[in-house]
Amino acid sequence: MSNIPADLKYASTHEWVRDEGDGTFTVGISEHAQELLGDMVFVELPDVGDKVATGDDIAVAESVKAASDIYAPMTGEVVAVNEDLEDAPETVNNDPYGDGWLFRIKADDSGELDNLLDANTYEASIDED
Amino acid sequence: MGSRTPLYDAHVKAGAKMVDFHGWDMPLNYGSQIEEHHAVRRDCGVFDVSHMTIVDVEGPQAQAFLRYLLANDVAKLKTEGKAQYTSMLNENGGVIDDLIVYFFSETAYRMVVNSATRDRDLAWIEKVAADFDVTTKERDDMGMLALQGPKAAEKIQGVLTAEQYAEIEGMKPFVGKDVGDYFIATTGYTGEKGYEIVVPAEQLEALWNDLLKADVAPCGLGARDTLRLEAGMNLYGQDMDENITPLEANMGWSVAFEPADRNFIGRKALEQKKAKGHDKLVGLVMEEKGVLRHGQKVTVEGGEGIITSGTFSPTLGFSVAMARVPSSVGDTAEVEMRKKQMPVKVVKPGFVRNGQSVL
Repeated sequence: MSNIPADLKYASTHEWVRDEGDGTFTVGISEHAQELLGDMVFVELPDVGDKVATGDDIAVAESVKAASDIYAPMTGEVVAVNEDLEDAPETVNNDPYGDGWLFRIKADDSGELDNLLDANTYEASIDED
Repeated sequence: MGSRTPLYDAHVKAGAKMVDFHGWDMPLNYGSQIEEHHAVRRDCGVFDVSHMTIVDVEGPQAQAFLRYLLANDVAKLKTEGKAQYTSMLNENGGVIDDLIVYFFSETAYRMVVNSATRDRDLAWIEKVAADFDVTTKERDDMGMLALQGPKAAEKIQGVLTAEQYAEIEGMKPFVGKDVGDYFIATTGYTGEKGYEIVVPAEQLEALWNDLLKADVAPCGLGARDTLRLEAGMNLYGQDMDENITPLEANMGWSVAFEPADRNFIGRKALEQKKAKGHDKLVGLVMEEKGVLRHGQKVTVEGGEGIITSGTFSPTLGFSVAMARVPSSVGDTAEVEMRKKQMPVKVVKPGFVRNGQSVL
């Protein structure tokens, strides 16, 4: 069974979101998602300063198996991206909830977090897959 | 549940992610397919290829039968154990399967064919064999391992007795030999030196365990695919099938049109195709970010083609592919990826050999 930290929120499209407590939210893909995709070979990230809306495809995780869109889980502005992934995309496989984070969004409305799934609900959703 | 090789439990124990492969439960990887790929290019890896089908052909007309069944000419094989890459074609020249045939004598041969097409292959072989004085026997009592990589000789030496190793030491590429209960051949599907070892099913797991104990990396279908693609080797069902002739699949070299009086199934169709002109299989290289994938459209000088196999090349660090395109193709092409047209270089199919780029 994959690791699904209880302190994170999740999108049904397999992104995780961490509330940094300062109005910004860090986003990555779940351990389950990286397992499905297999070894990551390229990660295409948005630019810092991009305005994004919930549901926009703003990044691409390209693995040996497939290219997979990554969606903005919240509306806001991209304030940071994980540039280390440029040279080490495998970090997404090795540490999906830590060093394998993708980007950080300053949310227009932090309340949007409540629309995301908690760990139990996310786990139930992937069990149905 | 699919068919299982004698190593199913050993794969699970080694941490394999098992997937369905044409009705077989096979290991996709044991963690990271890229690490497995590098193990084969830099050191040594082992694949369970017991899902492949071994067919022994014997009888007074074995040679005549295979000269009619196969597109390459087995009469070219003169030394015991010599292997030949070849294919079985239908009357239209389409590839029923590609295979390796080993010569033991003019009355005894061994064929190793694909698993994906097993039932169809066996039915076709039997049908054609009915007109010849031969017997064909599927060797489902045997399993098979592929031990591949620059250290394969060192590793195999460690698991054989001194007498056994003496039998295969210095063996030339593309030759097979009976060594005790094993049949050991210097063949493979990776572009590296190595062996394919046919082993009685009940002895397979012991050999597998010995190799793993000798620090040989277990490797799955994922690495097998990226390795063979870097080496420019075709995958049946993807780079060719029964609607594609060898001429359109970079396999023309494995079709023997000489001697002209040898009739083989599909010959007429191939001769017509040759005279008329046909598409060809080329290699594509894209050094920008992104991965070329099966099914993407390729625009070339004089027309359009399609990517038959594409992947990220772990050895090169960028993407390579094989594509079937009109013969008017030039040195560059464009591939439609994710709604963008990306420029790619057109090269001979074959990107890596013995650990090194051949671009």
